[in-house]
Amino acid sequence: MAETPLSRAEPPPASTIGAFGWLHRNLFSSPFNIALTVLASYLLYLTIPPLLHWALLDATWSGDSREACQANGGACWVFIRVNFEQFMYGFYPEAQRWRVNTALLLLILGAAPLFVRAMPNKLKVRWGLGLLLIYPLVAFVLFKGGLFGLRIVDTSRWGGLLLTLIIAGVGMTAALPLGVLLALGRRSQMPAIQALCTIFIELWRGVPLITVLFMSSVMLPLFLPAGVNFDKLLRALIGVTLFQSAYMAEVVRGGLQAIPKGQFEAAAALGLGYWKTMALIVLPQALKLVIPGIVNTFIALFKDTSLVLIIGLFDLMNIVHNATTNPAWLGFSTEGYAFAAAVYWLFCFSMSRYSQNLEKRLYTGHKR
Amino acid sequence: MNEPSSVPLSEQEMIRMEKVHKWYGTFHVLKDINLTVRKGERIVVCGPSGSGKSTAIRCINRLEEFQRGRIVVDGQELSSDVKQVEQIRREVGMVFQHFNLFPHLTVLENCTLAPTWVRKLPRRQAEDIAMRYLERVKIPEQAGKYPGQLSGGQQQRVAIARSLCMNPKIMLFDEPTSALDPEMIKEVLETMVTLAEDGMTMICVTHEMGFAKTVAHRVIFMDGGEIIEENEPEEFFTHPQSDRTKLFLSQILHN
Ligand SMILES: Nc1ncnc2c1ncn2[C@@H]1O[C@H](COP(=O)(O)OP(=O)(O)O)[C@@H](O)[C@H]1O
Ligand SMILES: [Mg+2]
Repeated sequence: MAETPLSRAEPPPASTIGAFGWLHRNLFSSPFNIALTVLASYLLYLTIPPLLHWALLDATWSGDSREACQANGGACWVFIRVNFEQFMYGFYPEAQRWRVNTALLLLILGAAPLFVRAMPNKLKVRWGLGLLLIYPLVAFVLFKGGLFGLRIVDTSRWGGLLLTLIIAGVGMTAALPLGVLLALGRRSQMPAIQALCTIFIELWRGVPLITVLFMSSVMLPLFLPAGVNFDKLLRALIGVTLFQSAYMAEVVRGGLQAIPKGQFEAAAALGLGYWKTMALIVLPQALKLVIPGIVNTFIALFKDTSLVLIIGLFDLMNIVHNATTNPAWLGFSTEGYAFAAAVYWLFCFSMSRYSQNLEKRLYTGHKR
Repeated sequence: MNEPSSVPLSEQEMIRMEKVHKWYGTFHVLKDINLTVRKGERIVVCGPSGSGKSTAIRCINRLEEFQRGRIVVDGQELSSDVKQVEQIRREVGMVFQHFNLFPHLTVLENCTLAPTWVRKLPRRQAEDIAMRYLERVKIPEQAGKYPGQLSGGQQQRVAIARSLCMNPKIMLFDEPTSALDPEMIKEVLETMVTLAEDGMTMICVTHEMGFAKTVAHRVIFMDGGEIIEENEPEEFFTHPQSDRTKLFLSQILHN
């Protein structure tokens, strides 16, 4: 065969590579795109500079009373600084706050191994389950006291970010397993179990959380015999958990439905029973598939905790709201709510990033 | 392919299907299936698509229920008792057309899962056994990979190894090579031939007639949910009795 000269590799046209290429492709590829780009730039020009001025450039950071803020036109972050401890702990007695800090430290230390890459997944699962069993007890004893000479701190004094994290944490760790069981139940071959789970899910999904909380707090005592008094926080926890588990169940069910029939058959053919098939074959795959949905539910749950203000619990949102009505600090609600929003965002965004990271690490390339 | 040794078959029955009927709704999918398989016997089942071959062998490990008749596997009659069904499934390995490996587990974990959780073997021992079978299907070097990283032929060989790790008395194959590219069919068939040489009791649904000729003791032809014809491979291919068998054979031999 005669040798044909290979055509020389040429560089791509300048308009398709580098920063210029990116701009061209993404912002100026058509007249419509150009118009959008111009419009968006104009809107950013209108909003960003004033925001920067208010939040940073003209803001007041130091001082300890509202007078310090009179001079500048911007945000008064002094309000946040002065109330910061309250925003974190609520009305938890100052002298006892070390207990909360200790619990937080224990959580960080306990959870740290889960973030060590080198640790094998199986060990992580075991460690995580152990933590889930032990930590809530330890934290509860620390928060509530009454044992080991710790002073009792009533749950009505728990508040701020602490309370938000307690409700969210309990809600998440309880709603996920409950949701898994409900999802399995809804797909069960046994008609009674299936009906029960379906009714439960549809009932809780059909009412707003705010009604659930209101009922648990105001209506439930009407049905209970006089003298029986449920802790208000406990009622909120149960309400939030049951409500979110119904959502979780539907997310998990979506994952279960995506598992091919062949997986069930292969497991059955090997002699695995129902629970082992679910625990070892189906759920690991199904849950991995629906990580985005699970995290979505977690994020919704985290933000929904703010609704407990309806039953008079002082979570982060309510405690901020409460501080803005303090006569000494009237007129700084913008700063307060901006702070609360930033804290909520920080937690939700972290969850979102963590889940993306998790998805990447659990990917085993099976979409072949 | 080399001829498997022709040791005289023992008289022990491993599988007996008696007058088995099955319906999907009102659709009569299995009609009076009678089949006896002795220990060490190798049966090839063939027939047109939709004739009920898969359904028939899936009744043996009760992946499918049947409404009439009876099936005895290794001396135990199939019932709807869950524990007993699980017990029988431990003794009956199955290889599927689409492999059905567990994608979230490595090849080694695929092979050790059932031995550790069902047979309750210590992990070490299960891993030793798994490696032995992975060597036998000639892919020990892939043990740490995930199924998604393997070729179809390799996946099917892992699936065979996975079944063998349970040390089954019977192996069922449901068209193990029909989802594979031609160049991979050979490697899977070779694996099955070595299995046959070791005296495994096998029922294979397959259209690989070369395999049937060298390995099978009997070939069964199914059509429309019935066993139409049953014979030794030599006779089956050279002197098919029914017209439907003749038609079927002419079709697959022309492709
Ligand atoms: N789950 C099912 N429900 C209803 N009909 C089915 C089902 N599975 C298989 N069938 C039908 O039963 C017949 C036999 O199927 P199958 O045993 O898979 O045939 P083969 O394996 O010989 O191709 C086919 O007509 C098929 O459409
Ligand atoms: Mg089939």
